Amino acid sequence: MRLKIRSSLLAVFRMALLSSLSTAAFAQEKVIRIGMTAADIPRTSGQPDQGYEGNRFTGITIYDSLTQWDLSSTSKASEMIPGLALTWNVDPTDPTKWIFTLRPGVRFHDGSAFDADAVVWNVDKVLRKDAPQYDPAQIGATLSRMPTLRSARKIDDLTVEITTSEPDSFLPINLINLYMASPAHWEKKFAAVPAGITDKAERSKAAWTAFAADFSGTGPFRAAKFVPRERLEIVRNPEYWDATRRPKVDRLVMLPLPESSARTAALLSGQVDWIEAPAPDAVDAIKKRGFTLYTNLQPHLWPWQFAMQPGSPFADRRLRHAANLCVDRAALKELLSGLMAESTGIVSPGHPWRGEPTFQVRYDPAAARKLMIEAGYAQVKPARIRVQISASGSGQMQPLPMNEFIQQNLKACFFDVQFDVMEWNTLFSNWRLGAKDPSANGAAAINVSIATTDPFLAMARFVSSKAFPPVSNNWGYFSNPDIDVLLAKARTAFEPEQRDRALAVLHARIVDEAPFLFIAHDVSPRALSPKIKGVVQPRSWFIDFTTMSVD
Amino acid sequence: MIAYLLRRVGYALPTMLGVAFLCFMLVHLAPGDPLVSILPPDASADLQKQLMRLYGFDRPLPVQFGHWVWRALQGDLGTSIATARPVVHEVFNAVGNTFILATLATLIGFTVGSLFGFVGGYFRNSWMDRAASVVSVIGVSLPHYWIGMVLVIIFSVQLMWLPPSGAGPSGSGQWQWDVAHVKYLLLPAFTMSFIPMGIVARTVRALVGDILAQEFVVGLRARGLGEFGVFRHVVKNCAPTALAVMGLQLGYLLGGSILIETVFSWPGTGFLLNQAIFQRDLPLLQGVILILALFFVGLNLAVDVLQMLLDPRIERT
Repeated sequence: MRLKIRSSLLAVFRMALLSSLSTAAFAQEKVIRIGMTAADIPRTSGQPDQGYEGNRFTGITIYDSLTQWDLSSTSKASEMIPGLALTWNVDPTDPTKWIFTLRPGVRFHDGSAFDADAVVWNVDKVLRKDAPQYDPAQIGATLSRMPTLRSARKIDDLTVEITTSEPDSFLPINLINLYMASPAHWEKKFAAVPAGITDKAERSKAAWTAFAADFSGTGPFRAAKFVPRERLEIVRNPEYWDATRRPKVDRLVMLPLPESSARTAALLSGQVDWIEAPAPDAVDAIKKRGFTLYTNLQPHLWPWQFAMQPGSPFADRRLRHAANLCVDRAALKELLSGLMAESTGIVSPGHPWRGEPTFQVRYDPAAARKLMIEAGYAQVKPARIRVQISASGSGQMQPLPMNEFIQQNLKACFFDVQFDVMEWNTLFSNWRLGAKDPSANGAAAINVSIATTDPFLAMARFVSSKAFPPVSNNWGYFSNPDIDVLLAKARTAFEPEQRDRALAVLHARIVDEAPFLFIAHDVSPRALSPKIKGVVQPRSWFIDFTTMSVD
Repeated sequence: MIAYLLRRVGYALPTMLGVAFLCFMLVHLAPGDPLVSILPPDASADLQKQLMRLYGFDRPLPVQFGHWVWRALQGDLGTSIATARPVVHEVFNAVGNTFILATLATLIGFTVGSLFGFVGGYFRNSWMDRAASVVSVIGVSLPHYWIGMVLVIIFSVQLMWLPPSGAGPSGSGQWQWDVAHVKYLLLPAFTMSFIPMGIVARTVRALVGDILAQEFVVGLRARGLGEFGVFRHVVKNCAPTALAVMGLQLGYLLGGSILIETVFSWPGTGFLLNQAIFQRDLPLLQGVILILALFFVGLNLAVDVLQMLLDPRIERT
């Protein structure tokens, strides 16, 4: 009996010791817990959904692409730098072909080698419908960001040829959005699909679902734990190919907290160490509790995109200029507790693509009224315009108060603005169909926020006469032969400096023509615990987690 | 009894088919793009059309409905567009989480509500009755997501006693009935319990009042039965109706509360439904609604049977 008691006590003691040791080990682990605005864990299979927040958390952390953003500077726009490709150049004999030389010695998390076959496999996953790994779920977020990509071909183990539909100097930047998943790891998942599933597409889908739960890329973090819709845990990859970017934290925990008050409560209660996009009215409380608020200019534009078809008031450039002169952006910024940057173009002054516009976007209601009178409008005869806006939505900031503020501003310049308020999903479905579609309801402008990370997303899709709906996002049917020529020049300028110069000329001309009411840029606010050190918030949608440490 | 059960199941089948048809049509008639979760806003209309073809959304609605029903009959509710995971797994995981939350909320609500109801019914027009009535009116009147937010501010942000969101320190996949996990359950369960608490309290108060006014209670007292004995009789007479109300409340709560589960990020059916609606994830939306409708029909049936067992006077024809 005494022996039994003693052995029981020993067992309890052993358990307590083990428990305390594991607690101590956990306590020593350096963890950052993040509350995302996403409603769900962004896809982990290689091409994340949930917009660029997805790329931020399950893209660049787990995967790499051939080219990548330099996220090391807070003071200048992020530039493209080599990623899994060391060098690239366009084929001098055929400008639709690009030759990429790959980085040697890179391995996926599962140990398989990254090589030219892997690049071809990853291009085929979104382009080649007869490829076993073809995944319709991944093509939406991929092809919309690299519309000229057509195919990839292996030249040797470390050289790949990538073909575009037309000469396109933007391709290397677009390819930042094509992440390299491990073909070998996927093949294992594919082989493990139950034999009962015989349909080829269903087998592929099942393999991708398994891959998403146990993923493998080449990135600085690797899979640890995935609880669908609740949490994702990734741990440092100690063998990351870039020794200067090996993570200093052991683990990142990501929680989807789409509701802003829930995110704020999670931060203030100590449940997470980091939240994305705190509500403006919670900023003071967050700062008072000792958290650090990081902001920086983001390649994002919150505009009104004008309709240019005959009959639209904004077909007249004087009205486009007048509207741009009539918005008090500084007061709008105050309304948002400072959580915006004033927009004077698609990109801000200091950006390599900014150029020197002749038309200066500023607040000058007197000049605006003068233009309106020239165009035949007055207080008693205002320009009646309808604008389609959303009540909320990803990247839409605070659409209702912001739009009401602008409505009041424009009233002083003889604009009578009416809003069609709709749900965000409906708004951008209408956006794809264009201003001539019945869904536009005669709107003279639409308020859809845009990412301006690369020249295609920032400019080409809105100003090219080849980008009218349904091809791309030139909702307003803006067309200008000079701008088409400038765009073609930029697209065929294959040296980076030459390309940036051409883009600067193009951008200046776009600002002069004002196809947008330039209003605001988001500043990507995030609140972090002071225990997180080494945070570099770049002028980007993304952030590098490898620089961070935890006290 | 068996014939009655079979007849009820027979009635349930056309109900289910009707629910399936209605939910299919409603989600397809609603504006928006079913591919929103996999197609960013900047995708072109051409790319959208290409994906609509790949996902079969370009086929006529009757064909899509027939295909869906055929697969549903075989237990396959398809795969979520947003996550590519089988809808059946998604729904049953969520149902499990909501069951935990709804059961605790119902228990709290039923216990506290019955207590208030009995106190109010026994001591009509006293200060205790008025206090109980105020609490029960508050329970059914205040927006519950607001109560949830207030509780979060008090217990999570200010006192830092309880976590404000989630379903356990490691997620709901590893739910355990220990302190670490139950801490995550308390705030949403208490918030959710306000709904049944108010309704049960009002129902029980009215029932107790009615029963106490009946002649058999006077008879019981005239025969010298003590107050506790009378109370037992009152409880027995209240039980069938109170149980029916509780069953219906449990049914409502099992449907998940979109607002409460979203405020607390509790990964139940309400949370899932909310995500499916905002992502226009049609297979998931149809699957969740169908399963919830099944639950409701099953629960109503169970409550009817339970009532019949408790009170044999209730006869069904």
